[in-house]
Amino acid sequence: MLCVKPYNWACKIFIIPFWEMWELPDIFVQTLWEGLVGGTLYSLIALGFVLVFKASGVFNFAQGIMVVFAALSLVGLHAIGVPAFLALALAAVIMLVLAISVERIVLRPLVNQPDIILFMATFGLTYFLIGFGELIFGGDPKLMITKQLYIPTGTYSIDFAGGRVELQKLDITAMVVASTMVAVLAVFFSKTRIGRALRAVADSHKAALSVGISLNQIWVIVWFAAGLVALVTGIMWGARSEVSFALEIIALKALPVLILGGFTSIPGAIVGGLIIGIGEKVGEIYWGPLFGRGIESWLAYMIALIFLLFRPQGLFGEKIIERV
Amino acid sequence: MFYREAGQFKTTYRGDMTVFPILQDRIGIIVILVVAFSIPLFSSNFMLHAIMIPFLIFALAAIGLNILTGYTGLLSLGTGGFMGVGAYACYKLATVFPEVHILIWVVVSGFASAAVGILFGLPSLRIKGFYLAVATLASQFFLSWCFIRIPWLVNYNVSNAIEVPRRTLFGVHVTGPEATPQARYLVVLTIVVVMTWLASNLVRGRIGRMWMAVRDMDIAAELMGIKLLNTKLLAFAVSSFYCGVAGAMLVFLYYGSAEATAFSINQSFAVLSMVIIGGLGSLLGSFMGAALIFMLPIMLPQLMAAMGLPIQSATAEHISFMIIGALIVFFLIVEPHGLARLWQIAKQKLRVWPYPY
Repeated sequence: MLCVKPYNWACKIFIIPFWEMWELPDIFVQTLWEGLVGGTLYSLIALGFVLVFKASGVFNFAQGIMVVFAALSLVGLHAIGVPAFLALALAAVIMLVLAISVERIVLRPLVNQPDIILFMATFGLTYFLIGFGELIFGGDPKLMITKQLYIPTGTYSIDFAGGRVELQKLDITAMVVASTMVAVLAVFFSKTRIGRALRAVADSHKAALSVGISLNQIWVIVWFAAGLVALVTGIMWGARSEVSFALEIIALKALPVLILGGFTSIPGAIVGGLIIGIGEKVGEIYWGPLFGRGIESWLAYMIALIFLLFRPQGLFGEKIIERV
Repeated sequence: MFYREAGQFKTTYRGDMTVFPILQDRIGIIVILVVAFSIPLFSSNFMLHAIMIPFLIFALAAIGLNILTGYTGLLSLGTGGFMGVGAYACYKLATVFPEVHILIWVVVSGFASAAVGILFGLPSLRIKGFYLAVATLASQFFLSWCFIRIPWLVNYNVSNAIEVPRRTLFGVHVTGPEATPQARYLVVLTIVVVMTWLASNLVRGRIGRMWMAVRDMDIAAELMGIKLLNTKLLAFAVSSFYCGVAGAMLVFLYYGSAEATAFSINQSFAVLSMVIIGGLGSLLGSFMGAALIFMLPIMLPQLMAAMGLPIQSATAEHISFMIIGALIVFFLIVEPHGLARLWQIAKQKLRVWPYPY
């Protein structure tokens, strides 16, 4: 109707989607909102990556499975009769134990190895946690204990531009929790003693060691922090869908987020997550039908790839300077 | 003592450039080849079909990835996708031109994979390290999506899967349901041996040295007159070629039919762990890594049953996951340079035996 025949494809790609956005603003706002919420969850996973990468230079491939593992521990503990909030505390303790054992068993013997070796070690850790998690909790998907943790469910409906926009209370909670968490981490990093030590380690391992900062202790702390972030992510994501091992592949979407934001930047992880979340939702809804749907699975990576060509260090990453 | 080069003089330039300059190596490789080609005579069909064929195919894929990651230093997580390109290209070619022999298409499909590899290798000029790894993840997910969503690739099959047509070589079935494991094994072995031999010559020569120079420091390599564009893209092309052939063989000579899930991200991770466990920058390591990572999940339940711990298959799978993970960490701690380095150490020990130095 709107498109002239010879320019049909160009019109379908460049005009019709925008026209649809203009015509049905309520759907557009709904899409934006869903993208925003999805993006928040990507940001949370990316945050865990950034924490570990900043402090130890380890590209922690296991962050995704840590999310699953933390959520499974919580649900599993509750299933055997532990009260919800005690289970929450115990899950945090489990993440602490995990952090300590990772530092002792994996990181400490591998100090000073090339990055790819450490990356591969977290890869081994992933395999181990998948096997361990399935062995203890079973492989079938589980429901998150939303009600017992007093996480609100249900929807707000807002009339908007002749239509209706539905906001899940759960999503609002997720955003509030995520923002609180980022704020707490920001304060922790800039104001506390340990936070400063973390930043010193991130800057230079050797210099940090020489002023008496214990690297081993710092690593336990960041892995524990990443574990707590994983626990929160697991609860939020589990409440939105369910707790299953499929989450581990979805967690890989945090990687394009990291590329957009830069590997070492916490604000970058947040902004990158939101861009990716909104970008892929809008892309799927408005451009997806042209390609036969399902482009959500790779759109995030393509956005990141194209972005990389223009700005290899990411939005907030430090400029890459190479010395010969 | 057992393995020494003393007294073996190289009197010609040709002699200096042979793949195996030492007599013991030559004897060893001949013994291995003779054993490999005579395995069908005395081993069971299960052994050939479930272990030897996939082991060789994965070893070839690991060589492909090793050329890219181990020799050129470009980390890639898109191996599964490139293997898939090979498989789907081979299927398309074999069904569109059924009169051309299938084994020609298996090799030619590598070129389709190489072309796709070059395309997705382009970002490697601007980015490196983990950033590049994420860029190759883009290729993995995009290609997986293509395999599922483009019905043209599977000739509009309702099942959305590749079904391998029946083809013969010298009157013997080599693909399709009638092919015996023996025939398929010999075909796979021949292709893998020839391609490994080509790869070993490639990495020893001018091209391999260019790759290694780029790996060690690309700026310095560029200053020495190595064209980064050509070198990196060539590495992507050759690597994808190997992966593509491995992917085509995986479907045509092992699975028999395959869906898009056969070339998912997990396949990429499996091949990457083979390369790193085996040893970055070592062809022998690719074989050792493939043997360890591939055979472990198969051997483990049997091993446990033999030790008197009979367990359910689901539990066995979980435990084997845990053990693989633990072993990866263990091997990285004990020998970060991979299994290939263990072999080098063993060679050195044999050379000086019975003395410690």
